[in-house]
Parts: sequence; C-alpha cells; structure tokens
Amino acid sequence: MIQADDLIKIYKTRTGKRIAVNGISFHVKEGEFFSFLGPNGAGKTTTIGMMVALLSPTSGRIKIDNLDVTKYPHEVRQRIGIIFQDPSLDDRLTAWENLEFHGRLYGIPGPARKKRSEFLMEVMGLSERRHDLVRTFSGGMKRRLEIVRGLVHAPRLLILDEPTLGLDPHSRRNVWEYIHTVRKEVGMTVFLTTHYLEEADGSDRVAIINQGKIVALDSPERLKKSLGPEVLILKVQDKEAFRKYLLDCYPSITEAIREEEGGLLSFPMPQERAESPWEFLRSLPFPILEASIRRPNLDDVFIRYTGQGLADGRQGNNSGGDQ
Amino acid sequence: MTEKVMDQWSLVLPSTQPPLADRMTRDLGGIYTLWLRDVIRLWRDRIRLVGSFIQPLLFLFILGGGLSPRLGALGGARGGQALGYQDFLFPGIVGMSVLFTASFAGVAIVWDREVGFLKEVLVAPLSRTAVVIGKILGGATNSVVQGSLILALMPLFHLHPHFGQIAGAFLVMILIGLTQTSVGILLGVRMTSSQGFMVLMNFIILPLFFLSGALYPLDRLPSWLSLASRLDPMTYGVDLLRHALTGIHYFSVATDLLTLGGFLLVISFLSVHLFNKTD
Repeated sequence: MIQADDLIKIYKTRTGKRIAVNGISFHVKEGEFFSFLGPNGAGKTTTIGMMVALLSPTSGRIKIDNLDVTKYPHEVRQRIGIIFQDPSLDDRLTAWENLEFHGRLYGIPGPARKKRSEFLMEVMGLSERRHDLVRTFSGGMKRRLEIVRGLVHAPRLLILDEPTLGLDPHSRRNVWEYIHTVRKEVGMTVFLTTHYLEEADGSDRVAIINQGKIVALDSPERLKKSLGPEVLILKVQDKEAFRKYLLDCYPSITEAIREEEGGLLSFPMPQERAESPWEFLRSLPFPILEASIRRPNLDDVFIRYTGQGLADGRQGNNSGGDQ
Repeated sequence: MTEKVMDQWSLVLPSTQPPLADRMTRDLGGIYTLWLRDVIRLWRDRIRLVGSFIQPLLFLFILGGGLSPRLGALGGARGGQALGYQDFLFPGIVGMSVLFTASFAGVAIVWDREVGFLKEVLVAPLSRTAVVIGKILGGATNSVVQGSLILALMPLFHLHPHFGQIAGAFLVMILIGLTQTSVGILLGVRMTSSQGFMVLMNFIILPLFFLSGALYPLDRLPSWLSLASRLDPMTYGVDLLRHALTGIHYFSVATDLLTLGGFLLVISFLSVHLFNKTD
C-alpha cells in the first residue's frame, strides 16, 4: 500500500538547511497497521506531508497503492483519509456541514455522502450533536468528528498523525476504541505516528524514527525481544561507580542504561550473561538496595535505539516542532 | 451496537469508492463547495452585515450631510446633470462598502491557515487554482451582498435609475468585489498571522479609497493627485458605478472596464501562481 524508497526532505531556512527526513525507506502491506514512533521533530509529520503530496521530496520516491505520489497527487489523495495532528475543522460550521463540505470536495454523490455521514456519526456517538456548531464540541468529540470525516470518502489508507495529542486519558481511550472498531470492520491500512509507546504497541509493525532516520523496524514483540527477556531496575549506593562498572563489563547495554525516578537505574539483562537474573545480581560486586525485574517495553526499545527517552520530546511539547 | 449499524459498514468499504472524476468536474465541484461554505458562513454571521452597514452610513449622512450645503451642485465632466454632494457621494460609498468588505475577505484564507482548516482543503483531490478561484468567488459574493445593502438606499438620494442601470451597477460591484478579494488573497496566500494581514490591509485600503474619487470629483485635481488617482484601480470601479447610477463619469466605459478587468486578471493570476508554489 505504501512504498517509500530513500526519501529525503531538506528544508531551506534562513540560517541554511535543515534535514527533516534523511533517507527513509519502508513498505507497508495492504491491511497492515503500521506505526512511526519518535519524538517531536523526528520527521514524522514531514513524511506524512510527502505521502499526501503537500510536500515534494527533495529526493527519493513514494508510492501509494502503486501510484507515484508526485505524478498522481489527486488519485493518491482520494485513496487517503487523514487525521491531522492539529485540529482542522471549520468550527463555525455544524458537524454535518463539515462532513458535507468534505464529501463534496472528494466528489462523493449526495445520497452516498448522506448515508455514510449518518452511519459513521451514529457509530462514533455524534448523531445527537450533528446540527450543532463544532465550536461547542469537546476536544474528544472534535477528534471523533475528524475520524468520521476522514472515512466519508471510503479511503483505502487511513493516516493518523498523533491522533490523541492534547486529549485527556479518558478521551484518548475512547478515540482508540473507535479507531479499533473501524479497523476491525473495514480492515483498511492504517498509518499511525505517535510518541505514545502504548499506542504503537498495538500495531503490526513499528518503525522507530529519530532525527529523520528509521533506526529500527519490526513488530513490537520482536523489537522488545531484541532486548532480551528482562529489564532490571536496581537501586545501589554509589550510582556512578555502578554505572561505570556496567559500561566496562557489559558494552552491549551501553546505550540502554537509563536513570529512572527515585535514583533507580534500569537496563536490559546483559546478553553476555547466560544465567538467570538473580544469579547475575548476586554476582555483582555492589550491595543492591532494591531490585525488580520487568518485561521490556517499547520505551526500553526506544532508548536502546536512540539513546534518549521519548519523554524528553514530550516535555517540551511545541506542536510546531516537526512540521 | 445494533444489527442495523453493523450492516452498514459496507457503505465505507474502500471498494465503494467511486472512480475519480475528471479534473474539470472535480475543480468545478470544489469551487462550488468552497463558495458554498463562504455563503453559509456569511448567512450565519449576518449580524456582521448590519455591523458593517454603520460605517457607510456615517460617510453618507454625516460627511455628506455636513458638506453638502456648502458645496452646492457638482457637475459631471462629461455628461450628466449637476448633483448635490450627497447624491454625488452615494455611488462612491457603494463602492467603498464593496471595497472594504472584499479587502477583508482575504483574511479568511489566513484564518483558515491559523485554525488548520486550510490543510483539509489542500489534501483534497482538487487543484490549488480551484481553491483560489473558490475563495475569490466566496469573498466577492460577500462584498456584493454588503454593497447591495447600501445600494438599496438609492431612493433617498434622488437617484431613480432604470433597471438596466441597476443591473450595470451590480456588474460593477461584482467586478470590484472580485478585484479587491484577489488583492486580499494575494496578500493572504503566504501570510500566517491574521493580525499581520489586518495591519497590512489597513495600510493599503485607505489610499485605495481616498484616491478613488469616491469622495470628490476628479476633474480639477492638482496634477500629482490626478496621477495618483489614475494609478488606483478602484478609481475605475467608482467611475463605472457613478456612471451607471448618475451618468457622471471621467473615463470612458471601455477605459474603465479594460483597466479594472486587466488588473483583476493580473492579480488573480499572481495569487494562483503564488499559492501553487507554497508548500
């Protein structure tokens, strides 16, 4: 469904050049749920811009449904439903008018437009509010309306660019329930960008993207397995000495050592050691004050491949970061 | 979820997607859709129409009413009987009303960018040329409606033109509306802040209005002012309006139409060109 080959996008800025996307290649199969996981400014939104022909690649090629995006922008756009990172509804129009506008722009004939809008609004629980101005909607309702709108022209590929950004946890869960329902019923290809690890966890494959490059690409399970079966979280007296000891003895985990709250250090079980974690702990020449073990999650994977936490990007959340 | 709802998922399966219409059909549909949106919004904000009705009234009744007793009759340079100042002023204020409304129609495209709605339009399968044309038509409609409200005051100003003249006045209002909306869109195409747009537009709009001859006759101006007036596209619009409504005019209809029409073509072409090149 998506074939991207060696995509590069360089922006000219006042001070010179900025490489937003630096040689990205990936293929997404029909019906696959594919995620881009990375911090703000990693190049996620720029890649989407090239997929929908809003931006032209500096070099490289991207095909959607076997159509070259640069050569057939309109044919490609008709196959795509997109939910943008930032709201993109006309809040002076009613929900229904927004859907009508969209359906007309995509050339959907009146009766089909009407039936689909009515049905999708009912599924998303918006029927009651259909003739209300969008400005009276909550953030979660707006997102749901945008999902409805993205589906009105029956796209083959649904692009979700940070679909739950700025929503409270309840609305996030709610929006995801609806997205999963749609996926189950329609079985369309979904391309998601996110910096929430738990959202990427549900996808078939994840590409971890950092500074314009894909640094890892596999199923979430395999990515997690690549770290080994366990992550150790320890508290020791002399943290720095302990860290140095780990770096010296176990170079394989250099990138993955991480400081957690409360002065804890976490790292995957070194692959140089074959015995059980408990034996490994007992062999350490340091007194251990606290220890716990958990399965690796995508956060660990992300740190392993990029050397930084996703949280770093989440903190300074300037929404214009990766436009 | 009810059975009925479950069944209807087939409505949105990708296989139900109709084939893409040809380019022309898509673009015409898109232009109509964009225009329709502006009309719906205009109707929804109709209270604003009343608000912008006040300013022209101040010009007509206070400025016009105040100057009129001192000025006596103003004659046309070519044809037309002499008129009281208020009656002379009236077509100019109709033009002003269209000019002001149309200028700020261009801010709509900046607003759309600010609130993110522009992206929804840009990822739709229609050309950017169609987007610009749709916006120009929407803005022009808005300004012509505004101008018509002033035009409806005609009987108060000793003007009783026949139907043909009123139709002519409408055509001129449309032409002024299209031209000035294009100017607004040309400025708005690259702008990201509506405040910046407003400031810039205020710089442009007053010279355009004052030089246009809406407030005074053009036949005995100092030469520098006469030259500046001739460079103002609005001059030809106001001249046409006054010609249609009162018979007074300073340029021939052909000169007016060619200048204004030519200006419209150049500006709208530039807007389309610039918009096509914007990422």
